[in-house]
Amino acid sequence: MILNASGCLDAFEAPEVARSLDVFVTKTVTPQPRQGNRPVRLAETEHGMLNSIGLENPGIEALLAEKLPQLAELGVPVWVSVGGFAATDYAELCATLDQRDEVATIELNLSCPNVDEAPESAAEIVAAARVETQKPLYAKLSPAATDVAEVALAVQAAGADGLSLVNTMRGLALDAQSLEPTLGTETGGYSGPALKPIALAAIFRCYRATGMPIVGMGGISTGRDALEFFAAGASGVALGTVLFVDPDAPARVRAELAAELSAQGLAQAEDARGIAHRETGALLPDQKKPGLAPKTEPLQGPLRVTSISRRGGNEDSGAGARAIPRPTDGSSEESERHPRQAGAAEEGPENGSRQDRKDPDQSPRVRRDREGLRHADGGPQVRAG
Amino acid sequence: MRSRARLRVLASEGVGPYTLLRLERGSLEPGVPGQFFMLEAPGRLLPRPMSLCLAPAGELGFLLEGIGPGTHALCEVEAGDHLHVFGPLGNGYRLDVERPLLVGGGIGIAPLPYLAEALGDPPVLLGFRSERHAEAAVLLPNAGVVVEPTYVTEPLAELVAGHDVLACGPEPMLEAVRALAPAAQLAWEAPMACGYGACYGCSVEIDGVLKRLCVEGPVLEAA
Repeated sequence: MILNASGCLDAFEAPEVARSLDVFVTKTVTPQPRQGNRPVRLAETEHGMLNSIGLENPGIEALLAEKLPQLAELGVPVWVSVGGFAATDYAELCATLDQRDEVATIELNLSCPNVDEAPESAAEIVAAARVETQKPLYAKLSPAATDVAEVALAVQAAGADGLSLVNTMRGLALDAQSLEPTLGTETGGYSGPALKPIALAAIFRCYRATGMPIVGMGGISTGRDALEFFAAGASGVALGTVLFVDPDAPARVRAELAAELSAQGLAQAEDARGIAHRETGALLPDQKKPGLAPKTEPLQGPLRVTSISRRGGNEDSGAGARAIPRPTDGSSEESERHPRQAGAAEEGPENGSRQDRKDPDQSPRVRRDREGLRHADGGPQVRAG
Repeated sequence: MRSRARLRVLASEGVGPYTLLRLERGSLEPGVPGQFFMLEAPGRLLPRPMSLCLAPAGELGFLLEGIGPGTHALCEVEAGDHLHVFGPLGNGYRLDVERPLLVGGGIGIAPLPYLAEALGDPPVLLGFRSERHAEAAVLLPNAGVVVEPTYVTEPLAELVAGHDVLACGPEPMLEAVRALAPAAQLAWEAPMACGYGACYGCSVEIDGVLKRLCVEGPVLEAA
């Protein structure tokens, strides 16, 4: 599955590029229109680039009235990225988008480095959004957290269905002559090739910690890069900065990825998912504790796996999956860590309308419709060829 | 129709302090004068936007000024090298003008040779910051040329009446031209990452409104 990173492609200006993706992700939409930050908004650096666009967008009303119907005509699933300045913003946006069939998945932009952050934690925002929609919710996280896996576990417990890893990181560029900040906002979001190892590490840790579907992004520019993201644990990859350089990148990366998979003896990208975890069981301190599985065995709940029941074997059907240690279902220890989560998950997909879940007495933290997640998340299949 | 291709460098020629980079055209179309192309800058992450300067048969010619690392890298490519080029992009000049007058300043003269050709050799005014920079006027043989401290707006003020002004140059020059000729078609400039509307990086504030220059410009005129 190849997507664009939010904010890195305008489907109206380049519909042919959008159609070359498996999923089109919108630029982040906010409740009100935003003109974005004042120029200068771009700065190239030695190994990447900084942007300070500042969530320029026409606002949710314009998206709903004008853009969504047109986006639906692209013929690829549309994910809508939403942003705000308080958990209530996210909740309102999700409630509105929940009504729209054109929206396959909602991505919560929890980590834009170019605007003021909401005061709530990522998990609190996810929980607020979760109440309002049955659509799959992906949480887009910053790699700048001390431990992104901790954040991932928190948003998973709050009801996120997947992760988008990673957003840009805050950076600064200085003008060659004046030594003053190049960008109008001084600092901006750093993207491009320099992010790749950082993104890989985030995906690697979050995959092992949560087992959630992960859209990996950060410096992917070749099929080899994409392969490594799958190996680290991504279930899809998104192209960002490379789209600025090469609008033909989706087709090229897809072809290169197919060749890389073939060279690995793998039939499809899903088969590569998590293979980086084969021999690394002994590397994490948690796994050195007595009583945990030896490294040659599939890892039983490395770190802290929560929300165990949500995987349900859905992503494990690939040919190479059986040999790959990855977060698996079920240990009592884990259930005890998140008793409400584990208990609620047993309610099953048929329970509860959206209105039901607005009841304050009900936990908003669990998404019921696992099937919906699977379809909307992956689209039909990873297209590797 | 825009497309991206890897083009062979035919020649790199000095024009005063500037560099005229001549590329084999390949499958790319030259587009309308004022449109631009994204040129791969060797060793840099992002391509650089360049107006088409000349479009002889089978070629695309770009006038470059080495300012930063990307443009310096482009000035150093040699015949036989290859560059990825994407274009033509953006909105060029509207050519249905009755009495065109072209105005260019510094490296802003870049789109004018192709534009002058398309308009049948109209009058041209050029301004440069030094005699050496003014050597680039060779690309527009019939142009009137001024050198600082004289600004191009001085002769323009005398000529502007009855003319349709089409201009490209540094922002202060464009503002001055616009003061004299409010209906002028002006080609603006901003840093760009993508050139096709994807990055939202090239927004400039025109009369209080932010516009993406790559898709709404680079040539803008008063509404």
